[in-house]
Amino acid sequence: MANQNVDYHVTGDQNVTYKKAGKRRLFTNPDADEAREFFHTKSRRMVDKTTTVKEAVAKYIKDGEYFAAGGFGSNRIPAAVLHEMVRQKKKNLGFSGHTSTHDMQILIAGNCLDRCDAAYIVGLEARGLSKVSRKGFESGQIESTEWSNATLAWRYKAAAMGLSFLPARSTLGTDTIEYSAAIEMPCPYTGKKYAAVPALYPDVAAIHVHRSDIFGNCQIQGIAISDLDLARAAKNLIITTEKIIHNEEIRQAPHSTVIPYYLVDAVIEVPYGAYPSNMAYEYFTDEDHLMEWLKAEKDEEEFKKFLDKNIYNCKDHWDYLEANGGLERLNQLRTQELLTDRR
Amino acid sequence: MSSYNGMELMICLASRYLEDDGTVVVGTGAPCAAAMLAQKTRAPKLMIMFEAGGVGPQLPSMPVSVGDSRTYYKGLVSTSMPEIMETCQRGMVDYTFLGGAQIDMYGNINSTHIGDYETPKVRFPGSGGANDLASLCWRTMMITPQDKNRFTNDINFITSPGYLTGKGAREEAGLPPGCGPYKIITNLAIMGFDEETCRMQVESIHPGVTRDQIIENTGFELLWADEVLESAPPSDLELEILRNEVDPRRYIIGRG
Repeated sequence: MANQNVDYHVTGDQNVTYKKAGKRRLFTNPDADEAREFFHTKSRRMVDKTTTVKEAVAKYIKDGEYFAAGGFGSNRIPAAVLHEMVRQKKKNLGFSGHTSTHDMQILIAGNCLDRCDAAYIVGLEARGLSKVSRKGFESGQIESTEWSNATLAWRYKAAAMGLSFLPARSTLGTDTIEYSAAIEMPCPYTGKKYAAVPALYPDVAAIHVHRSDIFGNCQIQGIAISDLDLARAAKNLIITTEKIIHNEEIRQAPHSTVIPYYLVDAVIEVPYGAYPSNMAYEYFTDEDHLMEWLKAEKDEEEFKKFLDKNIYNCKDHWDYLEANGGLERLNQLRTQELLTDRR
Repeated sequence: MSSYNGMELMICLASRYLEDDGTVVVGTGAPCAAAMLAQKTRAPKLMIMFEAGGVGPQLPSMPVSVGDSRTYYKGLVSTSMPEIMETCQRGMVDYTFLGGAQIDMYGNINSTHIGDYETPKVRFPGSGGANDLASLCWRTMMITPQDKNRFTNDINFITSPGYLTGKGAREEAGLPPGCGPYKIITNLAIMGFDEETCRMQVESIHPGVTRDQIIENTGFELLWADEVLESAPPSDLELEILRNEVDPRRYIIGRG
């Protein structure tokens, strides 16, 4: 219980001045005023933003920029955008390796990345490690800076709040902070030690959602992971959506809008747009396809053929779906997701 | 008494540490199996959480990813990663389970790389949520096979904090006081941590395992509790539920 007679303004040691910094590079500018200047100029016009994946990727994702993907690696990832980035041979991108698994695997297969904030990289959770992703880091080709999932999520959050950092209580005392770009700082009230994690304002992010109107008002079902903060942190935002719904539907359930239109630059209707990842209440992960991908990576020639089949010879996401069993396979994944084969 | 394999034994032993009305953040694999088993046996009111945002699911089957839709199937909340991590930071998560390539005598864990940082011999996923969970949950447990390469003080990189360099080191580093590694459950023994030195200490040896076997499979000097117990093997009921309800396809327990 708070003591009503105590002034808690200054309770800690005010002479603490330590400032120990992680030694790796900070890839993005955390400055809140620089971000404000950008967001000041960002359009608030509620206009039709529908376009194609090809055009959105060409227009909003520039070589050398810093990119972040929504979802959780093998769940609700913007797969159509990622494949198009590979087809357009995007180069030297920075990447936020926040719970990244298959999303990163796609971009490294396309040789798109040269630096990465690494919270979770190269693995596909219980499925194993990606040989190609590992090579990207083991060869030194991709520069990395370490974080944890929470500190990287809070970096989005700091940006979403319009700040330049947030204090965090994890990573302290470990090599994870030593190889990060965080800075230890004392709490101005209690004197206790925090890890200051810098705001992350990605140049561009892509997020796949369940429903959006043509303006970019979005609804998501299931877990949000870090996408609500990411949508607000990113300077430009590409939305792919399972379906486009009428604005009237948005207005009937404003409590369901998790990303408002003024954050969004492009909207593309891409049914099954998260395939082969899991889309909550729509379709489950195509585990067979992910295992096939991991296996193909083991042989260079095999993998080249695999990428031709699944990315380079596909003009769009429809072709990719078709190359992997089309509607019949998708229907199986829907059955798996909804467990409708169970009584 | 039925026979059982090492994985079944570890899962059953781990599940016994989870209790009703406790909260646990788990990953996929053995920890999830342990939490499911606990929920179906002695702790039906155990609150299971997943770092990507799933809270209180009635797990229909083992999730493949800590973010897949099974992690909130018939759940209480489907929320976000910041929400789960902030709940940990607020001090409301009792238990978590971690994995890793290396662990030292203070329970520090490496899941980042082997070799040097710039061009590692093997790059692993890194922290993921592990560092946060090890920093912020009250009690950290680990389910892992025990061998000399994995249990080593020659740890390459401290990804997630155990007791760091010993008693008081976590607090000195700025981590919240009063938490840290709790039990390490292996195919040979259950180990806790000595209160004074914060070093790993054998508390209980599994049936049929000798002290020498444990020593041979550990790359550092272990402490031994004053009274080392024999681990109680899985009961028939635990095995039945584990095999028929938790992991009927033997995804986890099939690994031996």
